Amino acid sequence: MTTSAAKRWQRLLLRKVVPPVILISVLIAIWWVWLAYHPSPIFPTPGDVVRGTAELVKDGTIWDHIGASLARVSLGFSLALVVAIPLGLWMGLYEVVDATLNPLFQIMRPISPIAWIPIAILLLGVSNASPIFIIFIATVFPMIVQTAAAVHTIEPRYLRAAANFGVSGPRVLVHVIIPAILPQVIVGMRISLGVSWLVVVAAEMIALRSGLGFLIIDSRNAGNRYDLVIAAMIIIGLIGLLLDGLMRLLERLKSVRWRYVK
Amino acid sequence: MTKNATEKISLRGVKKSFITDDGPLEVLGGLDLTVATGQFVAIVGPSGAGKTTLINVACGFTLPDAGSVLIDGVPRHGPSRKGILISQQGSVFPWMTVRENLLFALDRGAKAKNIELAQRYIDLVKLQGFENSYPHELSGGMLKRVEIARALVLKPEILYMDEPFSALDALMRLRMRTELLRILEEEHHTVLLITHDVEEAIHLADQIVVMSPRPAVIQATFAVPFPHPRQLSMPEVQQLKESILRELGM
Repeated sequence: MTTSAAKRWQRLLLRKVVPPVILISVLIAIWWVWLAYHPSPIFPTPGDVVRGTAELVKDGTIWDHIGASLARVSLGFSLALVVAIPLGLWMGLYEVVDATLNPLFQIMRPISPIAWIPIAILLLGVSNASPIFIIFIATVFPMIVQTAAAVHTIEPRYLRAAANFGVSGPRVLVHVIIPAILPQVIVGMRISLGVSWLVVVAAEMIALRSGLGFLIIDSRNAGNRYDLVIAAMIIIGLIGLLLDGLMRLLERLKSVRWRYVK
Repeated sequence: MTKNATEKISLRGVKKSFITDDGPLEVLGGLDLTVATGQFVAIVGPSGAGKTTLINVACGFTLPDAGSVLIDGVPRHGPSRKGILISQQGSVFPWMTVRENLLFALDRGAKAKNIELAQRYIDLVKLQGFENSYPHELSGGMLKRVEIARALVLKPEILYMDEPFSALDALMRLRMRTELLRILEEEHHTVLLITHDVEEAIHLADQIVVMSPRPAVIQATFAVPFPHPRQLSMPEVQQLKESILRELGM
């Protein structure tokens, strides 16, 4: 490593890593000191949480819960994409389709996914399918609306250029329309994935045997293990951060960068 | 018919109105314009006179309400590869590399041959080394050159240019003009150029057409008889510039 590269790393560390680490450390310290002066039989100290986490890691159950939650999110989210992107394109390209479907989706979109839980249980029972359905519902409507809006905002000059070159039909779809909307679709995916992660935890609180949401409810119900509740919360936060980071990597693709630079 | 053979673009009695909130707005008021094969015609006119509407009608993106557009004596009803439009904002696809942009325009034909052809035009506009760059990695002037290369690679008979260089800074604008003349010397196209810059028109065109205010018709036509490269400081050039400006009401 050259000295200038080393310096850049040092600056990055100072600016981006050190301040949040200090802030979080201070918050944990306040939490700890507060409990030292006001001892509580139920509320755990940071030390308790670390011990609780170690326990979950040691018996391996944590991996099962994380795996279950991630699997539900991946499935529900992927299903939503498979439905939403073609549907959004269809709406974006044909005014009649848009005029017919858009009002319905605009009504469905603001309904909290949590409100669907009773319906999900009614239709699918207390099963794996219920949370997957909830995640699907949470992501499919915003993705449809976002995709259709992206098609509507394609700059006409690009479509004109294609028409000028005599290119039409599927080639315009593949080489002009889809790449033109991709940056906005990726932003939509990032937001939706964040929402999925929020929702899966809520959905899993409804009587299932696995998942991080289940872990929280189960820890509380089975002996007030608030150390495990907080451990699960922290893990949820960290995985959410990780998922967002992964989606951000997509934004770095060269063929979509044009939209974010400038 | 013999007369038509040299008439590349012919607009006859072209009328076009747009609907606005304050009622219909008549932009083109029965306009006649003829561009001969291989001729470079520049159109100047007050802003808002309908210059862009005129070029959109000429290249087939806008249909006239009345009158006709003939290309090689044949009525034109839509855009075609025979005439490529280069606009002010440009339309180089930002999600494709320079080479991919040219290949997309070529669209049909054998891939190997197209790659070779694309390379020839990338070289022509002096962008060798940037074949795999994305537009956002290029400067404004380079981007314009991509646009020109992508138009020329199709070997169009007509280039429609709507204020192609007006988004560039003054120095780059001058360089692009010289560049364009160099390229046009190698490939003879019929060119219809819209500009608000009288000097640019004199620098480039064989004939300058002055549009009237809305509803626009052709108000005056000037021949530019000077050989290239043109010195804008020559007295007869200055005189021509003044006549054109007077026609524009300055």
